[in-house]
Amino acid sequence: MSEALTFHFDVDGADFTSAGQASVQVKKNLRLLGISPDIIRRVSIAMYEGEINMVIHAGGGEADVTVTEEEIVISLRDHGPGIKDIDQAMQEGFSTASDRIRTLGFGAGMGLPNMKRYTDHMEIRSELGKGTDITMRVNLK
Amino acid sequence: MTVRELVEKAPFKAAVLPDPDREITGVYIGDLLSWVMGRASGGDAWITIMSNVNIVAVASLADTACVIEAEGVTPDEEILATASAKGVNILLAEGGAYETAIALSKLL
Repeated sequence: MSEALTFHFDVDGADFTSAGQASVQVKKNLRLLGISPDIIRRVSIAMYEGEINMVIHAGGGEADVTVTEEEIVISLRDHGPGIKDIDQAMQEGFSTASDRIRTLGFGAGMGLPNMKRYTDHMEIRSELGKGTDITMRVNLK
Repeated sequence: MTVRELVEKAPFKAAVLPDPDREITGVYIGDLLSWVMGRASGGDAWITIMSNVNIVAVASLADTACVIEAEGVTPDEEILATASAKGVNILLAEGGAYETAIALSKLL
């Protein structure tokens, strides 16, 4: 694997029940590339949390996963409302999800913390009314 | 113990068993999906009462050995078909999470 491989996904914001398709596909692709199960688990969970966030809060978005010899980079972009206070959003238990989302088992305020927990580096850029970009990196070496 | 052996020995019914030889190495109980993804370990039997389609993605991504639906909860056919296609084992238990965990504790 000498060149970078990129997988692109459009995340459908209209269908909450299909959320996770991109993450499950990434899991399959990484397995085919011979990435270790622990890394696959971390990458796919971090990506799923991001995917769910885009569906819940932003009406969907886009995701790119780039694999190089050194690292796996997950980039998420949406044009949703943006995050008002990133430090607050990063706290376990803080959530602005609706009751409907909570009845589905989400909205526990663990999404962003899990994304940070499972990746080696996470950067959030968000502007109110414009959207949110998140980049997560998982080291392979 | 494999998931197949668990079904044979415990009072659980197999709803779908696409990966019966999967080894169970622990147990996690929870209904909040992000908690499960944050705290469950790969190879855990995951006891829950959640039965919407998102449990299939969570079980697959968290790499649990099986989902055990407690309290007699039964996911609908569409969810079972998705689980089957994604290689996610789903078992059904009549008891609550506590009784289900005790049954597992005696066998694991």
